[in-house]
Amino acid sequence: MTVSQHRLVMPHAPGELILPTYAKPEPGNHPPLDFPPYKSTGLRHPTKALVLLPHRLTEVTGPLLGDDLITMQDADLTTGHAGEPQGQRIIVFGQVRDSGGKPVPDTLIEIWQTNAAGRYRHSREHHPAPLDPNFDGVGRAITDQGGRYRFITIQPGSYPWGNHYNAWRPAHIHFSLFGRAFTQRLVTQMYFPGDPLLPLDPIYNSVPDEKARQRMIAAFSIEDTQPEWALAYRFDIVLRGREASIFEDEGHDH
Amino acid sequence: MGELLTPSQTVGPYFSMRLPWDQGPYVVPAGTPGAITIIGRLLDGAGDPIPDGLIETWQASPEGRFAHPDDPRGPVPDGDKAFRGFGRAPTGHDGSFKIVTLKPGALPAGDGQVEAPHIDVSVFSRGMLDRSVTRIYFPDEPEANAADPVLAQVPDERLVTLIAVPAGDGLLRFDIHMQGPAETVFFDL
Repeated sequence: MTVSQHRLVMPHAPGELILPTYAKPEPGNHPPLDFPPYKSTGLRHPTKALVLLPHRLTEVTGPLLGDDLITMQDADLTTGHAGEPQGQRIIVFGQVRDSGGKPVPDTLIEIWQTNAAGRYRHSREHHPAPLDPNFDGVGRAITDQGGRYRFITIQPGSYPWGNHYNAWRPAHIHFSLFGRAFTQRLVTQMYFPGDPLLPLDPIYNSVPDEKARQRMIAAFSIEDTQPEWALAYRFDIVLRGREASIFEDEGHDH
Repeated sequence: MGELLTPSQTVGPYFSMRLPWDQGPYVVPAGTPGAITIIGRLLDGAGDPIPDGLIETWQASPEGRFAHPDDPRGPVPDGDKAFRGFGRAPTGHDGSFKIVTLKPGALPAGDGQVEAPHIDVSVFSRGMLDRSVTRIYFPDEPEANAADPVLAQVPDERLVTLIAVPAGDGLLRFDIHMQGPAETVFFDL
Protein backbone atom coordinates (compact mmCIF):
# COMPACT_ATOMS: atom_id res chain seq x y z
CA MET A 1 0.00 0.00 0.00
CA THR A 2 1.38 3.37 -0.98
CA VAL A 3 -0.05 6.63 0.24
CA SER A 4 1.69 9.63 -1.18
CA GLN A 5 2.77 12.13 1.46
CA HIS A 6 2.53 14.77 -1.22
CA ARG A 7 -1.12 13.97 -1.66
CA LEU A 8 -1.73 14.05 2.06
CA VAL A 9 -0.57 17.60 2.55
CA MET A 10 -1.07 19.37 -0.77
CA PRO A 11 -4.51 20.66 -1.64
CA HIS A 12 -5.49 20.10 -5.24
CA ALA A 13 -5.79 22.92 -7.67
CA PRO A 14 -9.09 22.88 -9.55
CA GLY A 15 -8.74 20.77 -12.65
CA GLU A 16 -5.62 19.03 -11.47
CA LEU A 17 -5.34 15.53 -12.87
CA ILE A 18 -5.61 12.92 -10.13
CA LEU A 19 -5.01 9.44 -11.49
CA PRO A 20 -4.89 6.06 -9.79
CA THR A 21 -1.78 3.90 -9.82
CA TYR A 22 -2.14 0.16 -10.23
CA ALA A 23 -0.25 -2.04 -7.79
CA LYS A 24 2.83 -3.90 -9.01
CA PRO A 25 2.79 -7.70 -8.94
CA GLU A 26 4.60 -9.39 -6.04
CA PRO A 27 8.02 -10.81 -6.99
CA GLY A 28 7.63 -14.34 -8.39
CA ASN A 29 3.98 -13.83 -9.34
CA HIS A 30 4.54 -13.61 -13.09
CA PRO A 31 6.95 -15.66 -15.21
CA PRO A 32 10.23 -14.16 -16.38
CA LEU A 33 10.18 -13.27 -20.08
CA ASP A 34 13.38 -15.30 -20.57
CA PHE A 35 12.82 -18.87 -19.38
CA PRO A 36 15.24 -21.33 -21.06
CA PRO A 37 13.22 -24.49 -20.24
CA TYR A 38 10.53 -23.00 -22.54
CA LYS A 39 12.73 -22.77 -25.60
CA SER A 40 10.66 -20.36 -27.65
CA THR A 41 11.31 -17.59 -25.14
CA GLY A 42 14.95 -17.48 -26.29
CA LEU A 43 14.57 -15.18 -29.29
CA ARG A 44 11.30 -13.56 -28.22
CA HIS A 45 12.07 -11.80 -24.95
CA PRO A 46 13.34 -8.24 -24.56
CA THR A 47 17.01 -8.24 -23.55
CA LYS A 48 17.45 -4.57 -22.68
CA ALA A 49 16.27 -2.94 -19.46
CA LEU A 50 12.58 -2.05 -19.47
CA VAL A 51 11.75 1.65 -19.10
CA LEU A 52 9.33 2.57 -16.34
CA LEU A 53 5.95 3.68 -17.68
CA PRO A 54 4.05 5.71 -15.07
CA HIS A 55 0.30 5.21 -15.08
CA ARG A 56 -1.27 8.16 -16.83
CA LEU A 57 -4.42 8.62 -18.88
CA THR A 58 -3.69 5.97 -21.52
CA GLU A 59 -2.74 3.40 -18.89
CA VAL A 60 -5.59 3.93 -16.41
CA THR A 61 -8.20 3.66 -19.14
CA GLY A 62 -8.69 0.71 -21.46
CA PRO A 63 -10.99 -0.81 -24.04
CA LEU A 64 -14.47 -1.49 -22.72
CA LEU A 65 -15.45 -4.17 -25.17
CA GLY A 66 -18.37 -6.40 -25.18
CA ASP A 67 -22.00 -5.93 -25.73
CA ASP A 68 -21.70 -5.32 -29.46
CA LEU A 69 -19.24 -8.18 -29.91
CA ILE A 70 -20.80 -11.15 -28.21
CA THR A 71 -24.03 -12.99 -27.67
CA MET A 72 -25.13 -15.14 -24.75
CA GLN A 73 -24.46 -18.20 -26.89
CA ASP A 74 -20.75 -17.35 -27.07
CA ALA A 75 -20.38 -18.61 -23.49
CA ASP A 76 -21.63 -22.07 -24.44
CA LEU A 77 -18.98 -23.83 -26.53
CA THR A 78 -21.11 -26.98 -26.84
CA THR A 79 -23.83 -25.45 -29.00
CA GLY A 80 -23.99 -23.79 -32.38
CA HIS A 81 -23.20 -26.89 -34.42
CA ALA A 82 -25.21 -29.73 -35.92
CA GLY A 83 -24.51 -31.94 -32.92
CA GLU A 84 -22.89 -31.96 -29.52
CA PRO A 85 -19.11 -32.17 -29.19
CA GLN A 86 -17.38 -35.32 -27.98
CA GLY A 87 -16.01 -35.32 -24.46
CA GLN A 88 -16.84 -34.66 -20.84
CA ARG A 89 -19.16 -31.66 -20.52
CA ILE A 90 -17.95 -29.16 -17.92
CA ILE A 91 -19.03 -25.84 -16.45
CA VAL A 92 -16.21 -23.36 -15.88
CA PHE A 93 -17.23 -20.44 -13.71
CA GLY A 94 -15.76 -17.92 -11.34
CA GLN A 95 -15.33 -14.32 -10.37
CA VAL A 96 -12.95 -11.68 -11.67
CA ARG A 97 -11.66 -9.43 -8.90
CA ASP A 98 -8.87 -6.92 -8.54
CA SER A 99 -6.11 -7.17 -5.97
CA GLY A 100 -8.13 -4.93 -3.68
CA GLY A 101 -10.83 -7.59 -3.61
CA LYS A 102 -13.31 -5.61 -5.73
CA PRO A 103 -15.28 -7.48 -8.40
CA VAL A 104 -14.48 -6.40 -11.97
CA PRO A 105 -17.82 -6.03 -13.78
CA ASP A 106 -18.60 -5.72 -17.50
CA THR A 107 -15.26 -7.02 -18.68
CA LEU A 108 -14.70 -9.25 -21.69
CA ILE A 109 -13.31 -12.75 -21.13
CA GLU A 110 -12.16 -14.76 -24.12
CA ILE A 111 -11.26 -18.44 -23.85
CA TRP A 112 -9.85 -20.97 -26.28
CA GLN A 113 -8.90 -24.61 -25.90
CA THR A 114 -8.38 -27.97 -27.60
CA ASN A 115 -11.14 -30.47 -28.19
CA ALA A 116 -11.49 -33.62 -26.09
CA ALA A 117 -8.77 -35.36 -28.11
CA GLY A 118 -6.25 -32.59 -27.49
CA ARG A 119 -6.49 -30.96 -30.89
CA TYR A 120 -6.95 -27.29 -31.75
CA ARG A 121 -9.04 -26.44 -34.76
CA HIS A 122 -6.25 -24.86 -36.71
CA SER A 123 -4.52 -25.33 -40.02
CA ARG A 124 -1.02 -25.33 -38.50
CA GLU A 125 -1.92 -28.03 -36.00
CA HIS A 126 -0.23 -31.33 -36.81
CA HIS A 127 -1.13 -33.42 -33.76
CA PRO A 128 -2.56 -36.66 -35.21
CA ALA A 129 -5.74 -36.55 -33.15
CA PRO A 130 -9.23 -36.21 -34.60
CA LEU A 131 -10.95 -32.92 -35.18
CA ASP A 132 -14.48 -32.61 -33.83
CA PRO A 133 -16.90 -31.07 -36.33
CA ASN A 134 -19.05 -29.96 -33.41
CA PHE A 135 -16.40 -28.06 -31.50
CA ASP A 136 -14.57 -24.83 -32.34
CA GLY A 137 -13.03 -24.35 -28.90
CA VAL A 138 -13.52 -20.58 -28.67
CA GLY A 139 -15.79 -18.72 -26.24
CA ARG A 140 -16.54 -15.23 -24.99
CA ALA A 141 -18.39 -13.85 -22.01
CA ILE A 142 -18.84 -10.56 -20.18
CA THR A 143 -18.65 -10.49 -16.40
CA ASP A 144 -21.84 -9.48 -14.61
CA GLN A 145 -22.16 -6.75 -11.99
CA GLY A 146 -20.57 -9.06 -9.42
CA GLY A 147 -17.62 -9.84 -11.70
CA ARG A 148 -18.96 -13.35 -12.29
CA TYR A 149 -18.75 -15.40 -15.48
CA ARG A 150 -19.80 -18.89 -16.59
CA PHE A 151 -18.84 -21.02 -19.58
CA ILE A 152 -20.13 -24.38 -20.69
CA THR A 153 -17.56 -26.41 -22.58
CA ILE A 154 -15.90 -29.83 -22.65
CA GLN A 155 -12.82 -31.10 -20.85
CA PRO A 156 -9.83 -30.27 -23.09
CA GLY A 157 -7.22 -32.94 -23.82
CA SER A 158 -3.46 -32.99 -23.45
CA TYR A 159 -1.29 -32.75 -26.53
CA PRO A 160 2.35 -33.26 -27.46
CA TRP A 161 4.56 -30.32 -28.41
CA GLY A 162 8.09 -29.95 -29.66
CA ASN A 163 9.73 -28.18 -26.74
CA HIS A 164 11.69 -31.25 -25.60
CA TYR A 165 11.59 -35.05 -25.93
CA ASN A 166 8.18 -36.47 -25.00
CA ALA A 167 6.81 -33.06 -24.07
CA TRP A 168 3.06 -32.90 -23.39
CA ARG A 169 1.02 -29.90 -22.30
CA PRO A 170 -1.25 -30.47 -19.32
CA ALA A 171 -4.92 -29.94 -20.17
CA HIS A 172 -5.67 -26.23 -20.03
CA ILE A 173 -8.04 -23.51 -21.12
CA HIS A 174 -6.55 -20.21 -22.28
CA PHE A 175 -8.10 -17.08 -20.75
CA SER A 176 -7.75 -13.50 -22.01
CA LEU A 177 -9.06 -10.60 -19.90
CA PHE A 178 -9.11 -6.84 -20.37
CA GLY A 179 -10.22 -5.60 -16.97
CA ARG A 180 -11.10 -1.90 -16.93
CA ALA A 181 -7.65 -0.43 -17.60
CA PHE A 182 -4.68 -1.04 -19.90
CA THR A 183 -2.68 -1.96 -16.79
CA GLN A 184 -5.07 -4.83 -16.02
CA ARG A 185 -4.76 -6.76 -19.29
CA LEU A 186 -4.05 -10.42 -18.57
CA VAL A 187 -3.63 -13.57 -20.62
CA THR A 188 -3.34 -16.76 -18.60
CA GLN A 189 -4.14 -20.47 -18.65
CA MET A 190 -6.47 -22.44 -16.39
CA TYR A 191 -5.29 -25.89 -15.39
CA PHE A 192 -7.10 -28.86 -13.84
CA PRO A 193 -6.49 -30.24 -10.35
CA GLY A 194 -4.47 -33.44 -10.12
CA ASP A 195 -3.06 -33.32 -13.65
CA PRO A 196 0.09 -35.49 -13.61
CA LEU A 197 1.67 -33.36 -16.35
CA LEU A 198 1.76 -30.17 -14.27
CA PRO A 199 5.11 -30.88 -12.55
CA LEU A 200 6.66 -31.55 -15.98
CA ASP A 201 5.34 -28.53 -17.88
CA PRO A 202 7.80 -25.66 -18.43
CA ILE A 203 5.03 -23.16 -19.16
CA TYR A 204 3.17 -23.85 -15.92
CA ASN A 205 6.45 -23.98 -14.00
CA SER A 206 7.70 -20.72 -15.50
CA VAL A 207 5.86 -18.97 -12.66
CA PRO A 208 8.49 -18.84 -9.92
CA ASP A 209 6.27 -18.83 -6.86
CA GLU A 210 4.61 -22.15 -6.11
CA LYS A 211 1.52 -20.58 -4.54
CA ALA A 212 1.16 -18.31 -7.56
CA ARG A 213 1.30 -21.35 -9.85
CA GLN A 214 -1.44 -22.98 -7.85
CA ARG A 215 -3.67 -19.95 -8.44
CA MET A 216 -3.89 -21.12 -12.06
CA ILE A 217 -5.45 -24.45 -11.07
CA ALA A 218 -9.23 -24.52 -11.02
CA ALA A 219 -11.09 -26.06 -8.08
CA PHE A 220 -13.51 -28.89 -8.70
CA SER A 221 -16.91 -28.02 -7.21
CA ILE A 222 -19.39 -30.76 -6.43
CA GLU A 223 -21.84 -28.10 -5.23
CA ASP A 224 -21.94 -26.50 -8.66
CA THR A 225 -21.78 -29.77 -10.57
CA GLN A 226 -25.13 -30.32 -12.23
CA PRO A 227 -26.53 -33.78 -11.55
CA GLU A 228 -26.87 -35.97 -14.64
CA TRP A 229 -25.32 -33.24 -16.78
CA ALA A 230 -21.91 -31.59 -16.19
CA LEU A 231 -18.94 -31.35 -13.80
CA ALA A 232 -18.12 -27.86 -12.51
CA TYR A 233 -14.78 -26.12 -11.99
CA ARG A 234 -14.35 -22.78 -10.28
CA PHE A 235 -11.62 -20.46 -11.54
CA ASP A 236 -11.41 -17.04 -9.90
CA ILE A 237 -9.11 -14.53 -11.58
CA VAL A 238 -7.38 -11.63 -9.84
CA LEU A 239 -6.23 -8.60 -11.87
CA ARG A 240 -4.08 -5.71 -10.70
CA GLY A 241 -5.98 -3.29 -8.48
CA ARG A 242 -5.46 0.33 -7.60
CA GLU A 243 -3.10 1.29 -4.86
CA ALA A 244 -5.02 2.90 -2.03
CA SER A 245 -5.08 6.68 -2.01
CA ILE A 246 -6.20 8.99 0.73
CA PHE A 247 -8.98 10.28 -1.50
CA GLU A 248 -10.53 6.91 -2.03
CA ASP A 249 -10.31 6.30 1.70
CA GLU A 250 -12.26 9.49 2.27
CA GLY A 251 -14.84 8.46 -0.26
CA HIS A 252 -13.97 11.09 -2.85
CA ASP A 253 -15.12 10.09 -6.28
CA HIS A 254 -12.57 10.71 -8.99
CA MET B 1 -3.46 -4.90 -0.33
CA GLY B 2 -5.63 -7.97 -0.30
CA GLU B 3 -5.47 -10.57 -3.02
CA LEU B 4 -2.57 -11.97 -5.00
CA LEU B 5 -2.67 -11.88 -8.77
CA THR B 6 -3.39 -14.64 -11.23
CA PRO B 7 -0.09 -15.23 -13.07
CA SER B 8 0.42 -14.50 -16.75
CA GLN B 9 0.93 -17.32 -19.26
CA THR B 10 1.72 -17.37 -22.96
CA VAL B 11 -1.06 -17.00 -25.51
CA GLY B 12 0.47 -20.02 -27.24
CA PRO B 13 0.52 -20.64 -30.97
CA TYR B 14 -3.15 -20.41 -31.84
CA PHE B 15 -4.38 -17.20 -30.26
CA SER B 16 -3.68 -15.01 -33.23
CA MET B 17 -5.70 -17.26 -35.51
CA ARG B 18 -8.64 -17.89 -33.24
CA LEU B 19 -9.40 -14.60 -31.58
CA PRO B 20 -9.11 -11.78 -34.07
CA TRP B 21 -12.48 -10.34 -34.91
CA ASP B 22 -13.58 -8.89 -38.21
CA GLN B 23 -12.97 -5.25 -37.44
CA GLY B 24 -9.93 -5.89 -35.23
CA PRO B 25 -7.31 -3.94 -37.18
CA TYR B 26 -9.81 -1.17 -37.94
CA VAL B 27 -9.99 1.19 -34.99
CA VAL B 28 -11.94 3.29 -37.48
CA PRO B 29 -13.50 2.00 -40.71
CA ALA B 30 -11.33 2.10 -43.81
CA GLY B 31 -11.88 5.33 -45.69
CA THR B 32 -12.58 7.41 -42.58
CA PRO B 33 -11.43 10.97 -43.31
CA GLY B 34 -8.02 11.53 -41.74
CA ALA B 35 -7.40 7.83 -41.14
CA ILE B 36 -3.81 6.66 -40.90
CA THR B 37 -2.57 3.13 -41.49
CA ILE B 38 0.22 1.86 -39.31
CA ILE B 39 2.07 -1.07 -40.83
CA GLY B 40 4.93 -2.98 -39.33
CA ARG B 41 6.61 -6.31 -38.75
CA LEU B 42 7.14 -8.23 -35.55
CA LEU B 43 10.65 -9.71 -35.57
CA ASP B 44 12.54 -12.05 -33.24
CA GLY B 45 16.13 -11.92 -32.06
CA ALA B 46 17.39 -13.59 -35.24
CA GLY B 47 15.60 -10.98 -37.35
CA ASP B 48 13.06 -13.59 -38.41
CA PRO B 49 9.36 -12.76 -38.60
CA ILE B 50 7.09 -13.83 -35.74
CA PRO B 51 4.12 -15.21 -37.69
CA ASP B 52 1.94 -16.14 -34.71
CA GLY B 53 1.91 -12.84 -32.87
CA LEU B 54 -0.88 -10.52 -31.91
CA ILE B 55 -0.66 -6.74 -31.65
CA GLU B 56 -3.16 -4.76 -29.60
CA THR B 57 -3.39 -0.98 -29.55
CA TRP B 58 -5.10 1.45 -27.17
CA GLN B 59 -5.19 5.20 -27.61
CA ALA B 60 -6.97 8.50 -27.11
CA SER B 61 -9.22 10.09 -29.72
CA PRO B 62 -7.89 12.88 -31.95
CA GLU B 63 -9.24 15.27 -29.31
CA GLY B 64 -7.15 13.54 -26.65
CA ARG B 65 -10.12 11.98 -24.89
CA PHE B 66 -11.12 8.49 -23.76
CA ALA B 67 -14.67 7.17 -23.72
CA HIS B 68 -13.95 5.70 -20.29
CA PRO B 69 -15.29 6.48 -16.82
CA ASP B 70 -11.79 6.66 -15.33
CA ASP B 71 -10.83 9.64 -17.45
CA PRO B 72 -11.15 12.26 -14.69
CA ARG B 73 -11.87 14.99 -17.24
CA GLY B 74 -15.40 13.69 -17.53
CA PRO B 75 -17.56 12.11 -20.19
CA VAL B 76 -16.77 12.37 -23.88
CA PRO B 77 -19.22 14.67 -25.70
CA ASP B 78 -20.36 12.03 -28.19
CA GLY B 79 -20.58 9.26 -25.62
CA ASP B 80 -19.09 5.81 -25.42
CA LYS B 81 -19.39 4.95 -29.08
CA ALA B 82 -17.60 8.04 -30.32
CA PHE B 83 -14.20 6.41 -30.70
CA ARG B 84 -13.44 2.84 -29.68
CA GLY B 85 -9.70 3.42 -29.44
CA PHE B 86 -8.85 -0.28 -29.52
CA GLY B 87 -7.20 -2.27 -32.29
CA ARG B 88 -6.19 -5.91 -32.55
CA ALA B 89 -4.19 -7.33 -35.43
CA PRO B 90 -2.67 -10.78 -35.91
CA THR B 91 0.74 -10.95 -37.56
CA GLY B 92 1.00 -12.61 -40.97
CA HIS B 93 3.42 -15.26 -42.20
CA ASP B 94 5.98 -12.51 -42.73
CA GLY B 95 5.39 -11.03 -39.27
CA SER B 96 3.46 -8.11 -40.73
CA PHE B 97 0.54 -6.35 -39.10
CA LYS B 98 -1.69 -3.38 -39.90
CA ILE B 99 -3.74 -0.99 -37.77
CA VAL B 100 -6.07 1.62 -39.30
CA THR B 101 -6.82 4.44 -36.90
CA LEU B 102 -6.87 8.18 -36.28
CA LYS B 103 -3.90 9.99 -34.85
CA PRO B 104 -4.51 10.56 -31.12
CA GLY B 105 -4.31 13.96 -29.51
CA ALA B 106 -1.80 15.06 -26.89
CA LEU B 107 -2.67 14.36 -23.25
CA PRO B 108 -2.18 16.19 -19.97
CA ALA B 109 0.35 14.26 -17.89
CA GLY B 110 -0.21 16.09 -14.61
CA ASP B 111 2.36 18.41 -13.04
CA GLY B 112 1.84 20.75 -16.00
CA GLN B 113 3.52 18.37 -18.44
CA VAL B 114 2.01 17.15 -21.69
CA GLU B 115 2.33 13.71 -23.21
CA ALA B 116 2.94 13.75 -26.95
CA PRO B 117 0.41 11.88 -29.10
CA HIS B 118 1.02 8.17 -28.61
CA ILE B 119 -0.55 4.73 -28.90
CA ASP B 120 0.01 2.08 -26.23
CA VAL B 121 0.85 -1.33 -27.72
CA SER B 122 0.70 -4.85 -26.24
CA VAL B 123 2.65 -7.59 -28.02
CA PHE B 124 1.68 -11.25 -27.55
CA SER B 125 2.93 -14.47 -29.10
CA ARG B 126 3.95 -18.03 -28.49
CA GLY B 127 7.24 -17.87 -26.58
CA MET B 128 6.16 -14.78 -24.67
CA LEU B 129 5.15 -15.67 -21.12
CA ASP B 130 3.78 -12.17 -20.57
CA ARG B 131 2.90 -9.38 -22.95
CA SER B 132 5.52 -6.82 -23.90
CA VAL B 133 4.36 -3.20 -23.84
CA THR B 134 5.63 -0.44 -26.08
CA ARG B 135 4.37 2.89 -27.47
CA ILE B 136 4.04 4.32 -30.96
CA TYR B 137 4.95 8.02 -31.25
CA PHE B 138 4.56 10.19 -34.34
CA PRO B 139 7.28 11.57 -36.63
CA ASP B 140 5.47 14.86 -37.28
CA GLU B 141 5.56 15.85 -33.59
CA PRO B 142 9.24 16.64 -32.91
CA GLU B 143 8.51 19.38 -30.37
CA ALA B 144 5.87 17.42 -28.50
CA ASN B 145 8.09 14.33 -28.51
CA ALA B 146 10.98 16.37 -27.12
CA ALA B 147 8.77 17.48 -24.21
CA ASP B 148 7.21 14.07 -23.56
CA PRO B 149 7.88 12.85 -20.00
CA VAL B 150 7.98 9.17 -21.01
CA LEU B 151 10.40 9.66 -23.90
CA ALA B 152 12.54 11.74 -21.52
CA GLN B 153 13.32 8.50 -19.63
CA VAL B 154 14.44 6.67 -22.78
CA PRO B 155 18.16 6.63 -23.70
CA ASP B 156 18.68 8.98 -26.66
CA GLU B 157 20.08 6.32 -28.97
CA ARG B 158 16.96 4.18 -28.50
CA LEU B 159 14.33 6.91 -29.06
CA VAL B 160 14.23 6.06 -32.74
CA THR B 161 12.63 2.68 -31.95
CA LEU B 162 9.51 4.38 -30.57
CA ILE B 163 8.82 6.84 -33.38
CA ALA B 164 6.94 5.62 -36.43
CA VAL B 165 8.50 6.27 -39.84
CA PRO B 166 6.59 7.98 -42.69
CA ALA B 167 5.89 5.37 -45.38
CA GLY B 168 3.71 7.20 -47.88
CA ASP B 169 0.42 9.05 -47.94
CA GLY B 170 -1.42 8.28 -44.71
CA LEU B 171 0.98 5.44 -44.03
CA LEU B 172 3.36 4.96 -41.11
CA ARG B 173 5.77 2.12 -40.43
CA PHE B 174 6.42 0.78 -36.92
CA ASP B 175 8.53 -2.36 -36.80
CA ILE B 176 8.83 -4.18 -33.49
CA HIS B 177 12.18 -5.84 -32.80
CA MET B 178 12.09 -8.10 -29.75
CA GLN B 179 15.91 -8.19 -29.62
CA GLY B 180 19.00 -7.17 -31.58
CA PRO B 181 20.73 -3.85 -32.19
CA ALA B 182 17.41 -2.21 -33.04
CA GLU B 183 15.55 -3.76 -30.08
CA THR B 184 12.39 -1.77 -29.50
CA VAL B 185 12.05 0.00 -26.17
CA PHE B 186 9.63 -1.96 -23.97
CA PHE B 187 8.09 -0.61 -20.83
CA ASP B 188 7.71 -1.78 -17.26
CA LEU B 189 4.06 -1.08 -16.63
